Amino acid sequence: MRHNGYSAPEPPGAAELLAEVEATAKDGLDRGRAPLGPGEHTEDELLAHFEAVVAADEKIEPRDWMPDAYRRSLVRQLSQHAHSEVVGMQPEGNWLTRAPSLKRKAILLAKVQDEAGHGLYLYSAVETLGVDRESLFQALHEGRQKYLSFINYPTPTWADAGALAWLTDGAAIVNQVPLCRSSYGPYARAMVRVCKEESFHHRQGFDALHVLSRGTKAQKRMAQDAVNRWWGPALAMFGPPHEQSTHSEQSMRWRIKRYTNDELRQRFVDICVPQAEVLGLTLPDPALAWNGERGHYDFTPPDFDELRRVVAGDGPCNRQRVGNRRRAHEEGAWVREAAVAHAAKRREGVR
Amino acid sequence: MSETSEWPLWEVFVRAKRGLGHLHAGSLHAADSRMALHHARDLYTRRGEGVSIWVVPAAAVAASSPDERDAFFDPAADKVYRHPAFFQLPKGAEHL
Repeated sequence: MRHNGYSAPEPPGAAELLAEVEATAKDGLDRGRAPLGPGEHTEDELLAHFEAVVAADEKIEPRDWMPDAYRRSLVRQLSQHAHSEVVGMQPEGNWLTRAPSLKRKAILLAKVQDEAGHGLYLYSAVETLGVDRESLFQALHEGRQKYLSFINYPTPTWADAGALAWLTDGAAIVNQVPLCRSSYGPYARAMVRVCKEESFHHRQGFDALHVLSRGTKAQKRMAQDAVNRWWGPALAMFGPPHEQSTHSEQSMRWRIKRYTNDELRQRFVDICVPQAEVLGLTLPDPALAWNGERGHYDFTPPDFDELRRVVAGDGPCNRQRVGNRRRAHEEGAWVREAAVAHAAKRREGVR
Repeated sequence: MSETSEWPLWEVFVRAKRGLGHLHAGSLHAADSRMALHHARDLYTRRGEGVSIWVVPAAAVAASSPDERDAFFDPAADKVYRHPAFFQLPKGAEHL
């Protein structure tokens, strides 16, 4: 980004990640595996065909036969993802009117608008699985469906908006780029759009931190404190270790997800360390060190007990986030109803 | 939200630039076609991805069934002579 005479260095890693997104967008243009012939099929035949399609890296589309567990896994993962985008507007919403310049306000507004958009792409993808939108909202408001745990942490300073975007959007990109190859067509297509836009989120956060880190001592300290706060929640975004992850094994076999939580977390750390050096900030982990044997950075895993507590509803802002969401939905009901009434009136008028 | 206030689903098609056809971009909920167009603009063309948008009520789309794909598309498969490569050209035949 170039504005007002300064430019942020390219965050290493982002170009390669984007190239992966472009490559996946070009995939799957061939005609694909023939479906089973017409007529009755046993459950085993249907399952064998489904697994062959997935194993050949072809897409499952909404009206194809799919195992119930695959549908359930997708509904869980996609709705969690959609809710995360929608509730995820709140930590930054706090800074929309308080960002330090008009430029930063405009950028942040565009980012938050993107997140609403990502939520909508993903809700549409869940709806192709036969779940209606209203029931998804209910599940979120009643706490039956979750969203990403980092959203339950506060953003006390302007630097938190930057650190949150650099670290948690960075983690989201590492998580989401492989999802562009998800076996479920509508999910994969939504993720291509999401990833392209997420890259802007990631960079604007990096850019905001870069400016602070080259500013006054107090600004640099604010940036460092925010990074210290967000490193743990960002690492925890990849979920529990693979061997403790309840859904990973089958989701990987069905190519709903493609790498283990641990592989993605490692990739994220490897990408972040050189970026932090460019920023002139440190990551708050004394154990962080290059391991030449493994070809990766060693690091301290996040506090998984804290992750469990926050996911279960006991984070610093859980009640506030869900409460805001519920209130916005309830207080917006009259708008939705008025729009329907207006549409009906216009139809009458046409007749 | 009461049932009467549920907004119907619309399918969105976007023309990326003049000279290209409209391509399915995704779907959204809206009370009527005008709102669907506005939402489609905000949702699918925030970065200049389109110069024209169609919105179609999802309920109005008739689709072929994936289960009948073979039977439905079979007639196309056994007429290979429809492809020009079916014909072997004698040596020297050009511009053909």
